[in-house]
Amino acid sequence: MSDLPPPLAELIDDFTSVGPKDRLQLLLELSEELPALPARYADQPDLLEQVHECQSPLFLAVEVTDGVVHLFFDAPREAPTTRGFAGILHTGLDGQPAVDVLAVPDDTPFKFGLAEAVSPLRMRGMVAMLSRIKRQVKEQTGG
Amino acid sequence: MSLPADPSPQLADFAHPDRLVTTDWLAEQLDAGTKDLVVLESDEDVLLYDTGHIPGSFKLDWHTDLNDPVTRDFVDGKIFAQVMSERGISRDTTVVIYGDKSNWWAAYALWVMTLFGHPDVRLLDGGRAAWQAEERPMTRDEPTAAPADYPVIERSDAPVRAFRADVLAHLGRPMVDVRSPGEFSGELLHMPDYPQEGAIRGGHIPGAKSVPWARAVREDGRFRSRAELERLYQTEQGLATDDDVIVYCRIGERSSHTWFVLSHLLGFPQVRNYDGSWTEWGNSVRVPVELGEPDE
Repeated sequence: MSDLPPPLAELIDDFTSVGPKDRLQLLLELSEELPALPARYADQPDLLEQVHECQSPLFLAVEVTDGVVHLFFDAPREAPTTRGFAGILHTGLDGQPAVDVLAVPDDTPFKFGLAEAVSPLRMRGMVAMLSRIKRQVKEQTGG
Repeated sequence: MSLPADPSPQLADFAHPDRLVTTDWLAEQLDAGTKDLVVLESDEDVLLYDTGHIPGSFKLDWHTDLNDPVTRDFVDGKIFAQVMSERGISRDTTVVIYGDKSNWWAAYALWVMTLFGHPDVRLLDGGRAAWQAEERPMTRDEPTAAPADYPVIERSDAPVRAFRADVLAHLGRPMVDVRSPGEFSGELLHMPDYPQEGAIRGGHIPGAKSVPWARAVREDGRFRSRAELERLYQTEQGLATDDDVIVYCRIGERSSHTWFVLSHLLGFPQVRNYDGSWTEWGNSVRVPVELGEPDE
C-alpha cells in the first residue's frame, strides 16, 4: 500500500483491523463526518456531477488548486452507506497532490473489507465515485 | 401462538387485515412489552438502521442476511433458521417488518419469510417514514436476543415464486410489470436515477400489464384503500381475483410489494413473484421481448 496517499492507507488499516460489524460502524462515523457543501456549491447544484452508479443520489465536485485536490460531496442523510463511501474518499484524498490521487488504483474500494459487510453489489457506487474523481482531476490538470 | 390482528378500522376492509399493522398498534404493543413479538427493519441502505430505528427492532438486510452469498438464490433453511434464531424469533413469533421506501425491502423480506412458511409475518403500514413522521421514538441502541429455537424449514418456492421456465409457460396469462414506464417501454434499462443493472435488452415480457408499484401507496407511504386498489388492479387493469398472476420488476424487490398488495390486501390466492425479473429475462437468449408503451 506504499503508493496510496497516507490518509487513505490509514483508513484501509483501520477498516481491515476490525471485524465486519465494526467496519459498518466506521462507515457510519465517516458518513456523519462528511462535511456539508460550501455555499458556492450548495447555491449552485448544477456545478456538481451526479454519480449515477450510486444506489442513492450522490453529487460531487473536484477542484485542483496548485496541484492539490479538493473534494466536495452531497448525499442525503437517508443514504448513510453512500455518504460513508464519500466520507472515505474525502478523508483519504482531500488535500492530496493530484499526481497521488491519479495513482490510486481503481480497485482500491475493495481494499476496505466492505464487500463482505455491505455486499459486493453495493460497492459499485464507491468504484464509480473514485473513477469520476480521477477523471475530473485528469481533466483539470491537463492530463 | 400468534398475536391477535390489529383491529384498526382502516385495515378492516383488506382481504387479510392480519398481515398489516398500524403505527398506533405497534406503539401500543411496544409500550405494553408484548411478548412473542419481534420487529425487524429491512432497508435498501444497509446502514440506515444504524442511524436510528424503532426501539427493540433488529436489522434484517436483504443482501447479507437473505441472499445466498454464492448462488443467485435465497439462503437455505439452515441459514434462515440461524438468522431468525439470532433475532429471538421462533416459529410462533409474530414478526412485524418495516423499512424505507414505502416498505419495498420490508415487503421483499416478508415475501422471503413466506417462502419459508413463517406463519405470522406482518408489515407496518407506512414503514419507517410513517413512524418518523409521527415523531415516534427511535434509538441507536441495538437489542440483544436470547437465541430462539427456529426449526430448519425447507423452502417451499412453488406457491409464491416463479422461475424463468414458469414465466415462459405462463405467457398469455396475466402478468404485471411493476417497473417505471421508461423501463416497461424499453427506453431505460434501469430505474430512473439508479445504476444500470446490467440487462442487455430493454422492454417487457409480452402481454404484461404496466402498473408501477408506487401506484398502490399514498403520499405518506401507506397503502391505498381496498376500494382504490380494486379500482386500480381490477377495474382499470382487468385482473380478476381468481386469476393466476405473475409479477416482476428488476430483481424482484418492487414486485414483492405488488405481490403483497394482490395477495394480502386484495386476496388473490394465486400470485407468484418472478424474482429473476428483468435482470434475468433481459439477458436471456431467445425469450420473447415486447417494446413500447402499455395499451390503453
